[in-house]
Amino acid sequence: MTEIVTQQIKLRINREAVSASVEPRTSLADFLREQQMLCGTNIGCEQGVCGACTLLVDGVPTRSCITSAVSCVHADVQSIEGFDDDALMNELRAAFTAEHALQCGYCTPGMLVTARDIVMRLPDADDERVRLELSGNLCRCTGYVGIVRAVRRVLEARRAHQRTPLAEATTA
Amino acid sequence: MKAAIYQYAKPATGESAIALVAASEGMAKFVSGSQSLGPMMNLRLAQPEMLVDLRGIAVLRECRNEGDTTLLGACVTHAEIEDRKFDDGTQGLMPYVARGIAYRAVRNRGTLGGSLAHADPAADWISTMRALDAAFLVAGPHGERTIAARDWMTGAFTTPLEADEILTGVRLRRLSPAARWSYYKFNRKPGEFAEAIAIFLDDAPAGVCRAVVGAIDGPPHLIANARELIDHPDVARLDPHLDAAGLESGSYEYLVHRVALERAAAMIRENRKQL
Repeated sequence: MTEIVTQQIKLRINREAVSASVEPRTSLADFLREQQMLCGTNIGCEQGVCGACTLLVDGVPTRSCITSAVSCVHADVQSIEGFDDDALMNELRAAFTAEHALQCGYCTPGMLVTARDIVMRLPDADDERVRLELSGNLCRCTGYVGIVRAVRRVLEARRAHQRTPLAEATTA
Repeated sequence: MKAAIYQYAKPATGESAIALVAASEGMAKFVSGSQSLGPMMNLRLAQPEMLVDLRGIAVLRECRNEGDTTLLGACVTHAEIEDRKFDDGTQGLMPYVARGIAYRAVRNRGTLGGSLAHADPAADWISTMRALDAAFLVAGPHGERTIAARDWMTGAFTTPLEADEILTGVRLRRLSPAARWSYYKFNRKPGEFAEAIAIFLDDAPAGVCRAVVGAIDGPPHLIANARELIDHPDVARLDPHLDAAGLESGSYEYLVHRVALERAAAMIRENRKQL
């Protein structure tokens, strides 16, 4: 039996510097939930398939169930609790509400992080591409229709905003 | 489930990484993105006593155009390849393949070298590197060596890598601007491991016209001269190659691989893409 050894790590979580002692085997998801009391990150399959635990590490979506906390030394971690001032995330949250894009809510934190990545990375995505990009996040309630609509709503709003001439936009 | 207890180190040089694993008497493993090893450890299919993280070794992220060849460091991620963060010299083949690997959250962390060292027969890079005839660059306690693509995979999840050797990168011949390719992957759900892979690569100026049948039980099967399969849309011509790949005639696996090969041949013939 291997001896339990903890390691000291320093990282940033939701823009705050954090220093903690972790076992190497502790996943980033468990670390956030059980040591940082940030329970917005949900754990589903623990094998990287369901997407419920998806959050941002250094600005990109990451599966926190198969990423150890100790491997995130000096990383910038942003969990669902860290998006309150994020304009795009707030648009997505409103769209998820409007389109009934959640029922039980278990997949929602991961869905929102993935949806934000889609809108930022693929501003021209059509429904087919949105569905393809969402294929790594499982939802057992909605049948995905509402989620796809919510992402499309934000994509279309952003495209329309970009098309609006500046003078019109500022006087509107 | 949760992973068994292990220790973790993230050295800054290849030498120290190799020394750590060499000293462990087979109980330590190298890791990079952990997108395959992570799930295996959570399921306790793998229980190494120590992980040596290679992502702190800067040289493993180096990529460069060397003129006739491209060097790709082992620790580049699938997402970086997808986003064309560097000049891979494959005329769009590698970015296309990368986009079909798992999901973006996995691609952001999973690495080229990790996938190749893991050697899952159903993984994309194993078959793609065979089609590109990559040279596998390996470093270990006794120095460096190069392993040819045909020798890389000796069986499912099996490579010639010793436990204390690192795959540092791959070297690829740069494809001609005139090169054509097609890649067809069959899976039931986007992002799953493939049930069948078929690749064609026709680089006439370089005298290369080959195909690969991948996602079979063992290493990917090379069809060294694929010209007649491209030129003649005749399904019967595929069968000898599927037999040679070790597929059992008439089985489900045989049929899905035949469909994949047929579709990949049609795609290169008609200059189409799957996605």
